[in-house]
Amino acid sequence: MLTVDVEKQLGEFSLHVAFEAAGGATALFGASGAGKTGIINMIAGLTRPDRGRIMLDGEVLFDDAARIDVPAWRRRIGCVFQEGRLFPHLSVRHNLDYGRWMSGHVADPDAFSHVVAMLDIGHLLNRRPGKLSGGERQRVAVGRALLMLPRLLLLDEPLASLDAARKDDILPYLERLRDEARVPMIYVSHDAGEVRRLATRVVMLDGGRVTATGGVELLDAARDDVLA
Amino acid sequence: MSVLELTPQDWTAILLSLRIALVATVVALPFGIAIATLLARKDFWGKSLLDALVHLPLVLPPVVTGYLLLITLGRNAPVGAFLADHFGIVVAFRWTGAVISCGVMAFPLMVRAIRLSIEAIDRRLEDAASTLGANRTWSFATVTLPLALPGIIAGAMLAFARALGEFGATITFVSNIPGETQTISAAIYTLTQIPGGDAAALQLVIVAVIISVAALVASEWLARRATARLHGA
Repeated sequence: MLTVDVEKQLGEFSLHVAFEAAGGATALFGASGAGKTGIINMIAGLTRPDRGRIMLDGEVLFDDAARIDVPAWRRRIGCVFQEGRLFPHLSVRHNLDYGRWMSGHVADPDAFSHVVAMLDIGHLLNRRPGKLSGGERQRVAVGRALLMLPRLLLLDEPLASLDAARKDDILPYLERLRDEARVPMIYVSHDAGEVRRLATRVVMLDGGRVTATGGVELLDAARDDVLA
Repeated sequence: MSVLELTPQDWTAILLSLRIALVATVVALPFGIAIATLLARKDFWGKSLLDALVHLPLVLPPVVTGYLLLITLGRNAPVGAFLADHFGIVVAFRWTGAVISCGVMAFPLMVRAIRLSIEAIDRRLEDAASTLGANRTWSFATVTLPLALPGIIAGAMLAFARALGEFGATITFVSNIPGETQTISAAIYTLTQIPGGDAAALQLVIVAVIISVAALVASEWLARRATARLHGA
């Protein structure tokens, strides 16, 4: 269970959101500029909120009043970024192993081959990220985040840099991820189609505020004003 | 007469130059990486002062740098006397002193090259490393440093070439003692000061050109190889 209640001033833009996310896939849905990525960065520990509190499974990750700010590297929150952010100097295999190395876990060949098979990236293991297509890169990025054994998975517009055909290729992998991996997911998107396929719960954002929370049926009601 | 007829004194000067330049580069490298990282990635009070200080040997006349070293590290200078009395370390008029003057003179070039390469690295890769459980030290060692490698190689090679050619600061600080502080440049200078010495000087000039060109070619090759390796060729 993730509880977020944070405030942050980013230049002219003020972000003030509060929401909760349990298991399954929670979508943060809104137009660009609604503050989605800012929220993701605060949950991951990459930017510091001005005020507020972030809790995950009963552990306080951030609390300005109590002066708690767990550094990103200790949060065990997996991230998949829009641009993948694979390490260009490491092979795909070493990118996948990176989280395990850093956290000092022993190798788990079963988990490794399971994730590799689920994402269908076995034929890419010895390549460098520079030699991958956009869709392959994002699948490897998902695998890398999964293999660090995260308590929570943050996906920040993982399909935004791909064309429509590629998106349709990857969506099934993400659906499998949601159904098989049993890691709660926060899925950031401005694409109602993606959210409708993946999300079990939706948090609607606009101008740095939460405007509604509920099931995917929220998308139908809000379609006109969000996507207008 | 063959083109290169090197005397034992010439060989002494050549080997000494190579030793001084190599040791100066190797000793300066960790400091160069640390200062370059600091300047590229941190904001702190006195940053522009540190930046200016690092670049000072580049803009000061080398003789001035040598003189400043002499009045701080000389046998009777405050720091020099302290080192001599408490640790028995004397650098004045020793080859180790030449290492210091060469290192100081080469330092700005080294820092510039490394700093540029660190500034070019996408910091979001370091963010990605931290979400994967890497603390700052590990993310620096496994992401920043390997990605900066071409710049580090270029910086080291530039520093080596600069140290090899160092003359003004070195001769001012540690003088021109054959076998101890007489580098190729100092030996060439000495030969040109004696009547009929220019033929012998030419021999060393040719050697200096060969070494410099070889260092340049080697650095290009190494940097290209490192870049290719980074991108998986």
